Amino acid sequence: MSSKSKLANDLYHATGTEEDVLNDPEIAHLFIHHNKVVTSRLLPGLNVVTKELKDGIRVNITTDEGVQFKKKVHLCFGMFPEKGVQKIILKVDIKKNSSISVLAHCTFPNAVDIKHIMEAEINIGEGARYSYFERHVHGDKGGVKVFPKAKVIVEKKAVFKTEFELLKGRVGLIDIDYETICKEESVMEMNARIDGTGNDIIKIRETGHLEGRSSRGVLTSRVAVRGSAKAEIYNKITASAPYARGHVDCKEIVQDKGVASAVPIVEVNDPKAHVTHEAAIGSVDSKQLDTLMSRGLSEDEAVDLIIKGLLS
Amino acid sequence: MALLELKNITLKLDNRNILNNLSISFEKGRVHAVVGPNGAGKSTLAYTIMGLNAYRGFSGDIIFKNENINSLSIDERARKGITLGWQEPARFEGLRVRDFIAVADRKMKTEKIKEMLQKVGLDPNSYFTRSVDKTLSGGERKKLELAGILALEPDFIILDEPDSGIDIESLDRIFEIIKFLRSKGKTIVLVTHSMAVLQQADHAFLMCNGAIIDEGETKAIIPYFENKCIPCAHKNLPDPAENREEGLQ
Repeated sequence: MSSKSKLANDLYHATGTEEDVLNDPEIAHLFIHHNKVVTSRLLPGLNVVTKELKDGIRVNITTDEGVQFKKKVHLCFGMFPEKGVQKIILKVDIKKNSSISVLAHCTFPNAVDIKHIMEAEINIGEGARYSYFERHVHGDKGGVKVFPKAKVIVEKKAVFKTEFELLKGRVGLIDIDYETICKEESVMEMNARIDGTGNDIIKIRETGHLEGRSSRGVLTSRVAVRGSAKAEIYNKITASAPYARGHVDCKEIVQDKGVASAVPIVEVNDPKAHVTHEAAIGSVDSKQLDTLMSRGLSEDEAVDLIIKGLLS
Repeated sequence: MALLELKNITLKLDNRNILNNLSISFEKGRVHAVVGPNGAGKSTLAYTIMGLNAYRGFSGDIIFKNENINSLSIDERARKGITLGWQEPARFEGLRVRDFIAVADRKMKTEKIKEMLQKVGLDPNSYFTRSVDKTLSGGERKKLELAGILALEPDFIILDEPDSGIDIESLDRIFEIIKFLRSKGKTIVLVTHSMAVLQQADHAFLMCNGAIIDEGETKAIIPYFENKCIPCAHKNLPDPAENREEGLQ
């Protein structure tokens, strides 16, 4: 087995995915280790151009107009060394009326001092659908610093859904900064679920601008901070067009010496727009705890189950 | 034969006696009812038996299967065979129905979970993968809780206001389940102020001001409902611990 094939296999196993991504001819994939493509498969209508950089890679992804992908496209970004920098400069252009769903894994199983930087520019064309699920799988040393930054434009009647999940391994430091602009009748959903332990630091800054008439958007955050982990969440929706509808929903569970803050901001600049928000920070609900314990679970098992549910 | 006994239990919350030197004995394999007006201490009695943290500072003894369980935590009592169905069951965001029912036995087979759902009148195909969250009504969560208790098969089951939030059509099914549990030799305590629920019991206790003031065959306690506790001048007050701060739901 060549070193590239071995890296591809190792990355694939590190993600924990169950689908046979590397062998299924109907699944497009792109696996990148540090600054190199180790394996890829493209399908008609999916165009990918990469350029190696010193500490990362530039990736341009484009779909052809009107093309629909039946199966999820798998992306994987990762590094096996304990130290290093991986910078991904991602440009995504989803053409008019096309539809693509992407499952992206980012894995750093041995990280002691790894910096992972993602700078994305995403344009979702009129009537197109782009779903991006980003799952991070980290090691248990907490040595990863993750800086995902994205600017997204959702054109007329387009749909953008993104989920960020970091539930396996230690977070380390994560600093999410996403900004989305929604045009007429477009839909945007941004969801982050992160489980912080030890001395992890979690920062989420998500902004949605509902600029188009009848555009809709939801920002959802679910975060748990245990040990001495800290979380700061700033979610903002602005609505500046008639019939724009938005909602900000943030829940954080604090255990042990964890610290959490949430700042939901809603700004409405049109009398026919409507934006709501809800934020809750606190310990595990005592009634939930008592209920599960009255079924025989220990307190720790009950807390784990409640947090897993919230983050699921 | 008593399965669970409380002897001279006094519980003080906010400098007020909520349970007043209460003694009570629940016989194995029988359906008992605990009735009384709001604030009489019925739910407090249930929480004290279950061992909820706010209800641990009592004097007296709780004996279960001839063992003093005063010092046992909720989960330790649960593992010995005691459980509680809540008057208003909790919501759990993201926790699936299947996992909620199988909470005490992660290896529980799908068929058994579905069977429990059917027993409480919930269509397994509709509920199996749903979350036990705010999308379910109080009545649906009540049924799910009962399904969980059925799956757990405990020896001693306290059902706090089992008809609360349950529609009339489903009430008969709940009563059937109570009969089924009795046929399995389970001991059931129905905490209620409902005549319909009381009539499911073999034996009843009348509570007032944190004490048992009367007990006997159910038909002997029924006049309490007819007379509405008159002419008792005592005013029962709510349990202060029930208003304790809640966390995230």
